[in-house]
Amino acid sequence: MPADLKPAAPVQLRHGSNAGQPQTRRDGLLKVTGRATYAADNHLEGMLYAVTAVSRIARGRVTSLDVDAAKAHAAVVEVLTPENCPRLAHDPDVKMPYFGFRIEVLQNDNVRYVNQPIALVIAETLEAAIEGAALLNPQYAEEPARTGLDNGEHFAAAAVGVGGPPRTAHGDIDRGFAAAKHVTEADYVTPAQYHNAMEPHAVVAQWDGDHLTLDMPNQALVLSCAGYAAYFGIPRENVLIRSPFLGGGFGSKAIINGPQILAIIAARMMKRPVKLALSRSQMYGPVGHRGQTWQKLRIGTDADGRLTALQHSTISATSSFDEFLESASNASLPLYDSPAIVSEHVGVRLDIGTPGPMRAPGEASGSAALEAAIDVAADACGMDPLEFRLKNYAETEPGTGRPFSSKALRECYTKGAKTFGWAARPLKPRQMRDDNGLLVGWGVGTAVFHCPHFPTAARATLRADGTALIETAGADMGQGAWTALAQIGAEALGLDPSKVEISIGVSSLPDGGVAGGSGHTASAGMSLHSAGKDAISQLTDIAVADPESPLFGAGNIGVVARDGRLYRSDDDNRGESYANILARAGRADVVGTAKAMRDPAIAEKHALFSHGAVFAEVKVDPDLGQVRVTRMVGAFAAGRIINPQLVRSQYFGGMIWGISFALLEEAITDKRTGRIMNADFAEYHVPVNADVPSLEAILIPESDPYLPLGVKGVGEIGITGTVGAIANAIWHATGVRARRFPIRIEDLVGGLLSVDVP
Amino acid sequence: MSLSVSVTINGAPHAIELDDPRVTLLDLLRERLELTGAKKGCDRGQCGACTVLVGGRRVNSCLTLALSLDGSEVITIEGLASGDALHPVQAAFIEHDGFQCGFCTPGQIMSAVGLIAEGHAGDDPERIRELMSGNLCRCGAYKGITEAVLEVQRAQQTGNRKDAA
Repeated sequence: MPADLKPAAPVQLRHGSNAGQPQTRRDGLLKVTGRATYAADNHLEGMLYAVTAVSRIARGRVTSLDVDAAKAHAAVVEVLTPENCPRLAHDPDVKMPYFGFRIEVLQNDNVRYVNQPIALVIAETLEAAIEGAALLNPQYAEEPARTGLDNGEHFAAAAVGVGGPPRTAHGDIDRGFAAAKHVTEADYVTPAQYHNAMEPHAVVAQWDGDHLTLDMPNQALVLSCAGYAAYFGIPRENVLIRSPFLGGGFGSKAIINGPQILAIIAARMMKRPVKLALSRSQMYGPVGHRGQTWQKLRIGTDADGRLTALQHSTISATSSFDEFLESASNASLPLYDSPAIVSEHVGVRLDIGTPGPMRAPGEASGSAALEAAIDVAADACGMDPLEFRLKNYAETEPGTGRPFSSKALRECYTKGAKTFGWAARPLKPRQMRDDNGLLVGWGVGTAVFHCPHFPTAARATLRADGTALIETAGADMGQGAWTALAQIGAEALGLDPSKVEISIGVSSLPDGGVAGGSGHTASAGMSLHSAGKDAISQLTDIAVADPESPLFGAGNIGVVARDGRLYRSDDDNRGESYANILARAGRADVVGTAKAMRDPAIAEKHALFSHGAVFAEVKVDPDLGQVRVTRMVGAFAAGRIINPQLVRSQYFGGMIWGISFALLEEAITDKRTGRIMNADFAEYHVPVNADVPSLEAILIPESDPYLPLGVKGVGEIGITGTVGAIANAIWHATGVRARRFPIRIEDLVGGLLSVDVP
Repeated sequence: MSLSVSVTINGAPHAIELDDPRVTLLDLLRERLELTGAKKGCDRGQCGACTVLVGGRRVNSCLTLALSLDGSEVITIEGLASGDALHPVQAAFIEHDGFQCGFCTPGQIMSAVGLIAEGHAGDDPERIRELMSGNLCRCGAYKGITEAVLEVQRAQQTGNRKDAA
């Protein structure tokens, strides 16, 4: 278990290196050699395999299971059903605070959605457990599935997203529409999407008395420990989670789910370690998804093309028993200057697993609709879409008037447009063809994402040999925490990153907060930075009090830490290495600690957002309606950039998710049964390499004087803007406005045929 | 029924007695030989995370029954580097940031190694993208993956030309 990563082998390192530099990943060597250990790679002595049997109905009860048949299969050792499953210490139908969801853990025979676990088969081998689960032959008392707006229960939402208000209004919306010359109305539907991290949810659970150790991918290590402890009635500190590497998370691995709890129950019951990994199709239910939305936008504009009113109304789907509503309408709050803005949501309950946060929750769906609708409004005003966006540029946060802590969006538009070649874009659609006769279109979308912050803690140990160890229970799900956090810690310690060891991914470390909301680097980084400064401060105290040190008495003048040495701040010639200071003091190390949280006043006084502009080119076959994205340029301003290479990769990933949202991704439900008909990678389409065109991500410099370390987030913003840019490019190519995502060939062919091709 | 199979894995001969005929190559590697580099992303040949080389050809190990491999030679991600020296494709993946979470990476790299050996793609990025499309990457590291494969392919062509000259 590589809980501590040594400094990377020379092949990984570049010279000149500290925060701000494009270092390759510290965990790269482990990942390219197959030695990075993901949860299901753990193999413990005496380990059993568990496999869930899942429901094939969307609502009702399980009336029988052929437990005997499963148990009769060689190597099956136990079958857990509601009849013999132990009761939990915390009722799983009562929500836990912070990210708690209602989950199913075989506490009764109710079925609330397809793919809900209805039994757990435990066996000596994986093959036997799979076969045992297939032998259970469940019988059901089935009730009709509620699958859409027509038969789902509509309700007034108490909250959207993670506790946000369902309605926000600024100004007088009726007056705004009354003052409008044009009123644009557009409806959009976004589908249910599933995270589909490449690594299926997995856990290896082992008990030692009332101590529980979990190898699992986890985006919120310390927070999760409290949850597991509550379910099993043990002290929080008895739970140890090891999650050095996550094979992708995207929000789905921040939340405790039922199958994991079942594996832990099984391990306790059998007094042996138990491994459980969900199959791909089993993840279409109990581990969250991006909920479906039905959105309506009304946009009022005056004769000059200025917004007079912006109303964004969303119906968000949730489960029959819990709430997580896509806060899609809130995408319209921070971006365009309008004297009146309304963001509002209602809910609809369906027989589905509860949705959850999925990469840019709310923002992705909302931005898709907003950015498409803004183009419709621009067209109504006869304006270029970029010019229209600039005309309605918000200099302060719309509605509240709060200043942005920093906002280099104008530079994003300008640089992105120039790089893309936007100035050559004809205003009208269907004006461009390539050499093969394909219709060519160009579109733009604005990207925006907020800057949440989580309380964190960290430790930084400066050692007598001049190296350091920095520690926090952070999580690397691919964004590059192993590397970027080490760069931040190294900078605070005045050390080259090659001298700094970093330990993350274990819950016994100081709380690293949540790897989510694009806030991990800023949040965990703030503590690591403070802990590093604390260690340097302690070292300084030792040096300035030591008559033998060249820094003796430098207390008032101050010292600076650089390249493993402390220097008098007024004299570069008077300095001493950390190692010398510690050696003379007879100290093995100094240990800096920190608990850090962004001052809440910063968020009260300022609007905190990353921004960007995405430009897309599509080519559409005029006869077949087939769409290809052929190039994209994204320009993003996200405060201080710790590692440009990793950040570019985050932007590329986000933009590719945007392609996916716009053209590919969709879970299709059978209206008769509530089953998801495409719950696998063959039919739930995500982009493959051939779907990804020439991509460029431009890092717009932005200095933020208010945010800790000046760092914003980069993980999610790439999706926002991109979806709209592609939809708008498709209109520009074809003259057809798509009103649902993903945009399908059949949405275009009718329009293509009905318009004369020039 | 005899459930014994002789396979060479990463150069080492293995005489394996299976207790179950249903064991796939992937589960043999991961659960019985503790070679966990190859990953299970879908278990039905749709994602490519389990890609290994069998007799030099890339295969989805999740769709390959272990018993069918008697006498075969299998190379997994663990067998690619020579000691501390990385295979050029491994080094290029690091250099070009051809991964984020790393879960699909062993499969991507084995697929790239197979692809380059097959010689179908040359240094045409479009062909490389197409022929690497059996390996899904949810993080979206495709740009780096393509650049990494391209770089190794070009370096190899240059090397071959030098050899010929």
